[in-house]
Amino acid sequence: MSGILVVVEQREGRIARISWEAVAAGQRLAAQTGEPVTAVLIGSETESPAAEVATRPIARVIRVEHPLLAHYTADGFILALQQLIENERPTQVVLPHTYQVRDYAPALAARLGEVLISDVVDIGDGPVFTRQLMQGRLNGIYKHQSSGPCFVSVQAGAFRVEVADAATAPATITTFAPTLEAGQIRSKPGEPFRGSTQTVDLGSAQLIVSVGRGIKEAENLTLVQELATALGAELAASRPICDNGWLPMERQVGSSGQTVAPKLYLAVGISGAIQHLVGMKGSQCIVAINKDPDAPIFEVADYGIVGDLFEVVPALTEAIKAARQ
Amino acid sequence: MKIIVAIKQVPDRDAQFRIDAAGKWIDETDLQFALNESDAYALEEALQLKEKHGGEVIVLSAGPERIGQTIREALAKGADRAINIACDDLGTRDALGVARLLAAAAKQESPDLVLTGLQSEDLGLGQTGVIVAELLGLPHATLILHVEKTETGLIVKRELEEGWFQEIEMPTPAVLTIQSGGNKLRYATLMGIKKAKTKEVRQLSAAELGAEAAPVVVLDRVTLPHKQKSTQILPGSPKEAAAALVEKLKFEVRVL
Repeated sequence: MSGILVVVEQREGRIARISWEAVAAGQRLAAQTGEPVTAVLIGSETESPAAEVATRPIARVIRVEHPLLAHYTADGFILALQQLIENERPTQVVLPHTYQVRDYAPALAARLGEVLISDVVDIGDGPVFTRQLMQGRLNGIYKHQSSGPCFVSVQAGAFRVEVADAATAPATITTFAPTLEAGQIRSKPGEPFRGSTQTVDLGSAQLIVSVGRGIKEAENLTLVQELATALGAELAASRPICDNGWLPMERQVGSSGQTVAPKLYLAVGISGAIQHLVGMKGSQCIVAINKDPDAPIFEVADYGIVGDLFEVVPALTEAIKAARQ
Repeated sequence: MKIIVAIKQVPDRDAQFRIDAAGKWIDETDLQFALNESDAYALEEALQLKEKHGGEVIVLSAGPERIGQTIREALAKGADRAINIACDDLGTRDALGVARLLAAAAKQESPDLVLTGLQSEDLGLGQTGVIVAELLGLPHATLILHVEKTETGLIVKRELEEGWFQEIEMPTPAVLTIQSGGNKLRYATLMGIKKAKTKEVRQLSAAELGAEAAPVVVLDRVTLPHKQKSTQILPGSPKEAAAALVEKLKFEVRVL
């Protein structure tokens, strides 16, 4: 048993940043164990993304190819990866923590009697794996203690991709053909579609005032709307506000909503669960107003005001109006 | 349709968390506990399916004695009966260990559908439902916002990243993990609270489910997170802090 497998997610040949971060996490493990990193691509036409992956400093690329893998299904991916893992016998399997991986990796690990360490933000000596607890308020340090492969999925943005150290020569590309039958795939996925037509493009907004659970009631939204108007900012929200129907879904920032990177992101009453942070931590300046000094939003904020938003927000709106005169 | 909803009791999200003396978990004294939010949406989806198609909603939960309260609340909202797996070592079980308990209890009921929230607010593993499906040998789908019953099974609406969705056709029995926001949550009525007291809660123990196994993954210790940025906290009264922030927005961030 040896080697580190990194599953690279591709959609229509395109590889998202989080997959390169998973490769970086695999390299971090390799630095500890000295074992080679092998990238794995799953699909029916993976030739061109495989060539792209092969330019990275890794030992090998395996294309797991089958016509039944053209569209993602949990059944197809689990069967294919199970066969690959039994064939390769790796010590570690690293995956990007995407919605797709969340859908199949826990079952894949369980099928092999293993447990996925999900949503990992750091890898320490041992190795030990850090993941967040209590919505990001605490960290948990996890250890794997079985003789089988250790499954790890890594959080978006947690591992830095070193573009500089490109490979000297492209890695070898091999193909693995799993045995799959149509009858083994129990669900039928439809084509992805967009939700409602987007009328707000938060992605290009320069200034954003964003509101979270701390606002308590729908009626209180006028407070933050007034602040946004005074600033000339777009109004956005964290998921619970949109779940309650207080603001339309298209104003949601986070992993399930829009990703934004404005000059100013002013978070009001948002505790900063990771699902929200991944959608806004690229902002140039983050300001947080929250009553809880331990709220994880302060881990990414440049400026913070610890206090009651119902007092701070009106005072801030007034101060901005005065400054604008 | 016979629907099992697996729910978890979690610490109230506004609680101040302290690491316990051993550094292995949080100090649970003085903590308030509540129903995990996405599990509340799973329960709501189950209740709506029952209202449309008839059948039965069974709440399933594992944990220490205090989970009885959360189970009663689910019964008050309209679940028909419950299964309470007494288990004081939930914290030292890994996701597979917890899923084994739930799957063993669910199997005895031969449900048409097992629903649960997509992840818990305390551990946030987001795996339990998927592993339960694997252990029961059932198809599954995750991050589901809407469930429609068809002649042969289900059509479910799955959330993808960045505002995309997908419909999936699948047979029953099946396991679904429910995303928040698909429905509006109901409150328990006074009548519901009264009725809940007479509803059946079957008590099971982890030992009698025979689902013991050494954990594969262990939580070794709990620590405080590192700050990614050094936040400059602006002190003073709301008015003073607001004035200080306006200065920063004007001269440092330059957006005013």
